[in-house]
Amino acid sequence: MRRLFTLLQRELSVFYYSPIAYIVLFFFLILNGLSFWFAIALLNRAPSENTVVQVFFNSAFFWIAYLLVFPVITMRLFAEEFKLGTIETLMTAPVRDSEVVISKFLAALIFYLSLWLPSLLYFLIFSWLGNRSAIGSAGQLLAPYLLLLIMGMFNVALGCLASALTSNQIVAAMISLVLTIGIFFLTLINYVVNVSSPLLRDITAYVAQLDHMDSFSRGVIDSRVFIFYPSMTFLLLVITYQIFQYRRWRT
Amino acid sequence: MKNLNEVCLDPNRIYHKFTETQRAGYIQALALPASRREDARGFRHAFCPITEMIKVEQLTKKYSGVTAISDLSFEVGKGEIVGFLGPNGAGKSTTMRILSSFMPATSGRALIAGHDVFRDSLKARMHLGYLPESVPLYGDMRVSEYLRYRGSLKGLGGKKLRNRVNVVKELCSVKEVENKLIATLSKGYRQRVGLADALVHDPDLLILDEPTIGLDPNQIRQVRELIKSLGERHTILLSTHILSEVEVTCSRVIIIHRGKIEASDTPGNLVGQLRTSGTVKLEAKTGGDDPIQLIEKIAGVKGVVATAEDGWQRCSIRIEAKSDLREDIFRLAVERRWIVRELTQERATLEDVFVELTHTDD
Repeated sequence: MRRLFTLLQRELSVFYYSPIAYIVLFFFLILNGLSFWFAIALLNRAPSENTVVQVFFNSAFFWIAYLLVFPVITMRLFAEEFKLGTIETLMTAPVRDSEVVISKFLAALIFYLSLWLPSLLYFLIFSWLGNRSAIGSAGQLLAPYLLLLIMGMFNVALGCLASALTSNQIVAAMISLVLTIGIFFLTLINYVVNVSSPLLRDITAYVAQLDHMDSFSRGVIDSRVFIFYPSMTFLLLVITYQIFQYRRWRT
Repeated sequence: MKNLNEVCLDPNRIYHKFTETQRAGYIQALALPASRREDARGFRHAFCPITEMIKVEQLTKKYSGVTAISDLSFEVGKGEIVGFLGPNGAGKSTTMRILSSFMPATSGRALIAGHDVFRDSLKARMHLGYLPESVPLYGDMRVSEYLRYRGSLKGLGGKKLRNRVNVVKELCSVKEVENKLIATLSKGYRQRVGLADALVHDPDLLILDEPTIGLDPNQIRQVRELIKSLGERHTILLSTHILSEVEVTCSRVIIIHRGKIEASDTPGNLVGQLRTSGTVKLEAKTGGDDPIQLIEKIAGVKGVVATAEDGWQRCSIRIEAKSDLREDIFRLAVERRWIVRELTQERATLEDVFVELTHTDD
């Protein structure tokens, strides 16, 4: 357990010591800010049934920020260790492969979650300024963040897998980007095929992140995501672990 | 059984707690040949101390069809400093990577301090300090920070961690750069930080893959001194291409070539066993004598080549191996009243042994 903590500490310190973290945070805040400003501007224009939370979490700026952040934070996790050769010093220290995989995943997840904290602040400030009703209930505000955690786990694990596949960070980022965006747009299949089968609809409903966010930001919690995403995350991490071990042994 | 193995690593510590029967069994076990100290399942005799830090049995490693090492077996005893030599691509790094549990062998097994490097990998790694050939380090960390991180990965904590980090910083003389980023360090310092990392948990065994590569002669000397002083308390297996270094530091040499062990002995014995004959050099004023004719009459001389220069004859005398004819040549010179200004026997060096054993015509 202490080894895991040491590894986690190291992985987290890489995020916050490197300038990349602050560049990511900078652009992330700009996109979030735009999204928030856009939400308020929209609600100012005409009466609406939607709350600020709903508009914020369904805007294009939000989704762009959400989708682009995963490749950026996960690309170096494993690829860099292989590139620098530090995998050799790391894996000849008395640590298990699983501890390395878990610590890298957790560090990326924690960093990802910390990126969302400022946006939570927007809503709090907004409600303190007297627009309590524009936010909706506390549950309605917290549900999207819960979903961000659940879907984030899945996408971070996907990024871990991509990073374990290669020694090149750019390649890892590309793989991760293609997978993340590919899964995001999977629901579009329903619009492309002429005869949309109910089965296909049922299957794609599991990965329809837009729909999840739509219902969660209304405060409607769908239990499917709590089973599907964590179990997929676990599966992806197991595959990552296997690939990691295979590549170490093959070198 | 496992616990006993560990206890036995330090027989002195528990020796006094033995009953008389146990003590007798212990002494009896010590007398057994190494092969009989284990039963068929690989369990050790209960009171048998581990005397070999590294035990390699029929180790084979194949990379997608290419055999890197085949059927390698050797042992390294406690307290030995063993030089691991061989041409590039002979399988040195592969062997070291298997010993450090970085990758598994295709077949055979390797034990570090009695722990299988594959099945009992974490325990084997606890006993081991490993310095890889390329000395990979995290450039974004500071030296102290890196050593603390590595120390705590290897199970140190609190006061012990602080102490050990300070000790290895002194030992490897990296104290003056302790607050610098590793990325900004010179090659020599990086090497020493790597060595400090290998030493931080005070392992019984050090495996160093070319610890002096890329260092300048002064730094090589420093590292050599360091290794020599470490040899008093640690078992060391090191690979290198600088053979003079091996002759000075190592108590034993293992030479491998094309994945097989060619020789394993003390540097002195290896040089002694070299079959190529030695050479004696003589430089003398021989007056009117023809040195070639006279010297060739001495028993044991295989051939003489002489060149004259300013009235001095420079003779290169090939003699049979393991003989020393300098006395006979000196007597001849006295008898014939030659004026001698040089009479030396050229010794074979480890380099000659290395070339002899690993020389390939292709």
